[in-house]
Amino acid sequence: MKEILSGNEAIARGAYEAGCRVACAYPGTPSTEILENTINYKEINSSWAPNEKVALEVAIGASFGGGRALCTMKHVGVNVAADPLFTLSYTGVRGGLVLVVADDPEMHSSQNEQDSRNYARFAKVPMLEPSDSQECKEFTRLAFQLSEEYDTPVMVRSCTRISHGKSIVELGERVSDLPEPRLERNPAKLVMLPGNARVRHPLVEQMLVKLSEAGSAMAINRLELRDKSIGIITSGVCYQYVREVMPNASTLKLGLVNPLPQNLIRDFAAQVDSVYVVEELDPFIEIQVKAMGIKVIGKEIISLCGELTPGRLRSAFGLSQATEVQAEKLPGRPPNMCPGCPHRGVFYALKQLKAYVTGDIGCYTLAFMPPLSAMDTCVCMGASIGMATGVTKVVSDQEKKKVVAVIGDSTFLHTGINGLMDMVYNNSPATVIILDNSITAMTGRQDNPASGFTLMDDPAHAINIPLLCQALGVKNIRTVNPLDLEETKRVIAEEMERPETSVVITNKPCVLIKREDVFQKGPLYAVDADRCTGCRACLNIGCPAIEWRPAGDGSRKGKARIDPLLCTGCDVCRQLCKFEAIGSGK
Amino acid sequence: MSGQITNILLVGVGGQGILLASEILSEAAMLAGFDVKKSEIHGMSQRGGSVVSHVRYGKEVFSPIVPEGEGDILFGFELMETCRSLPLIRPGGAVVANDLQISPPAVLMGQESYPEGLLERIKGSFPDFLLVDGQKLASDAGNVRASNTALLGAVSKRLAIAEELWMQALEKMVPTKALEVNKKAFLIGRGL
Ligand SMILES: Cc1ncc(C[n+]2csc(CCOP(=O)(O)OP(=O)(O)O)c2C)c(N)n1
Repeated sequence: MKEILSGNEAIARGAYEAGCRVACAYPGTPSTEILENTINYKEINSSWAPNEKVALEVAIGASFGGGRALCTMKHVGVNVAADPLFTLSYTGVRGGLVLVVADDPEMHSSQNEQDSRNYARFAKVPMLEPSDSQECKEFTRLAFQLSEEYDTPVMVRSCTRISHGKSIVELGERVSDLPEPRLERNPAKLVMLPGNARVRHPLVEQMLVKLSEAGSAMAINRLELRDKSIGIITSGVCYQYVREVMPNASTLKLGLVNPLPQNLIRDFAAQVDSVYVVEELDPFIEIQVKAMGIKVIGKEIISLCGELTPGRLRSAFGLSQATEVQAEKLPGRPPNMCPGCPHRGVFYALKQLKAYVTGDIGCYTLAFMPPLSAMDTCVCMGASIGMATGVTKVVSDQEKKKVVAVIGDSTFLHTGINGLMDMVYNNSPATVIILDNSITAMTGRQDNPASGFTLMDDPAHAINIPLLCQALGVKNIRTVNPLDLEETKRVIAEEMERPETSVVITNKPCVLIKREDVFQKGPLYAVDADRCTGCRACLNIGCPAIEWRPAGDGSRKGKARIDPLLCTGCDVCRQLCKFEAIGSGK
Repeated sequence: MSGQITNILLVGVGGQGILLASEILSEAAMLAGFDVKKSEIHGMSQRGGSVVSHVRYGKEVFSPIVPEGEGDILFGFELMETCRSLPLIRPGGAVVANDLQISPPAVLMGQESYPEGLLERIKGSFPDFLLVDGQKLASDAGNVRASNTALLGAVSKRLAIAEELWMQALEKMVPTKALEVNKKAFLIGRGL
């Protein structure tokens, strides 16, 4: 049977067909939908972990127990999961273990564009790279096999264009001849103390040599001879761009990108006049091919930054471009927090209080943009709290009071807790605001350990965040309604003033939560045009439901209007209006 | 340049039903026996940002994104976004656009105004331009929310895919509850 699947759907399907029993992940664009699809297969136990390190550790346990296990994450997730990964290559596996990592060249939804292939080489783990959805499925299946055959975790690298691209996939059956998982002890292999690890390391190096040799004969590494004047080594989505733009060029399409199949590469290079490497981001293949003594052209013509496109590849090779219509100068359309988003009022208060906001990653990072413009730093998930502690260590006592860390519930549980532990332990005077909207909103509303449900939608214990903070030793813990601007501002101001660690927790849910009884719309609001003086105060929260209607006489005058289709009745704009021009419609 | 590949770009604002329209289109193309690829960026776009979805079909499709300047049809759900993506289509390509303006943040805040003369700008570069009132077609069909399928109906007339395959694609991709309205909206659009 044929279906149109996204790369992520196809990876989930591949895991199912491979007999995978456990899938574990922390969400992250563009990888999130893989686990949102493994839940469609009841044979796979799918779950969200609080962070990527835990997700990988759960998969490792499942593998050690004898079951096939899948773990998925976005590229930066590997930074969090790197610790177990680097030693997992030494222990190897019992049940096959596949780690899917989805890169984001061009940073469509990420804070950096690190190239995960380096992790495969660094951690000494084989890596496959599919170039469409059919390969996503096939390579995932193959990765499980290779994992067991070579006794190693196997990484599958996707990217935004593969994970979120769709193409036709021929579906297969689930394998049924795998051994039943059961406990089996093998401490010499699975207890990585120096003595054992010293035995394991050489085996890892041998495995990589063996796989490189076998790779030259694998069908996923495909030598396609066409015009021999130009030979292009490529992999993943780049292969598709090469075929699109230079249909006659000879290609060596690599499905196995670590370890590289060296013999096949030599063979290819010998058959073509000049060799090019076409790859996004780092010169990963290029440097290794150069080290083999083969002359290649790569990053001389292709950028180290951003993703490749057919047009960019054309310019790299000096090929003619389609004639261009002049790009239009138009107002931008950046993403914005939703109407009624409970984050908005907090940042409005922080801006008024002139706080120095160490930020974090989530929907609330959008508060960086005007008109809120209330975020001063953002590095990686969980960093807000540690950064706040660090800033207060160097600035004056007066400035210390200005420092506020802002972090979402999911991010707090991901890696923020450790920062708060340190804050209390080392007595930082900073203030932490936990924006608890009861969901992981940014990546599309995933549940988390404080939301009360699992990935499979079963009810679960919801962590009590105030109690957790209390257990960490925070003495000043306040909960506020972020839709009440005055209360929010007052409480934050009081806690900023306090020369001790304090935590302020907001308590309103995300407006996108579909589950019944969580988010409820209030009565809709409208602007009374007779009372509106056109002072623009309500525009300062940047709500997409509020629109400025110019008077139309060329002056700066005008009035505000609320779009009834977008308003959620959150009441925040009413509180901003000094002229009582905003009220609920009825 | 693109040979027998048909390149379609669906553009607009997050939340307008663009992804569903591009899924239905891809499904119909597969049912018609073509190889199909589709690509778009999700994530941040759900928060009211610009959305561009690429659909390509033909004998064998390589790149999942339409090569710059090679789009055959620009299918716009919002006027400013339609204009923004004009550079993606080839000279002589067609534009089918929804007659709808959605103000971006800077316009909502009164810092910029919604650009004027967009229709003239589109028509100036692309004479093959069809403006459709998707909202009206959809309410004629019984639900404004089906404007995406009404627009798709209007685009469908330009594509070599039989009507019954479109119906099959709708049946597969649209939830049963909304199916009848969407079929009706599609056919009204197709009848333009
Ligand atoms: C290490 C890492 N994993 C995953 C992500 C993707 N990601 C960005 S923000 C976020 C969670 C946001 O949830 P929360 O903190 O609750 O804030 P909200 O979006 O709900 O406001 C995730 C999963 C990331 N950037 N880095």
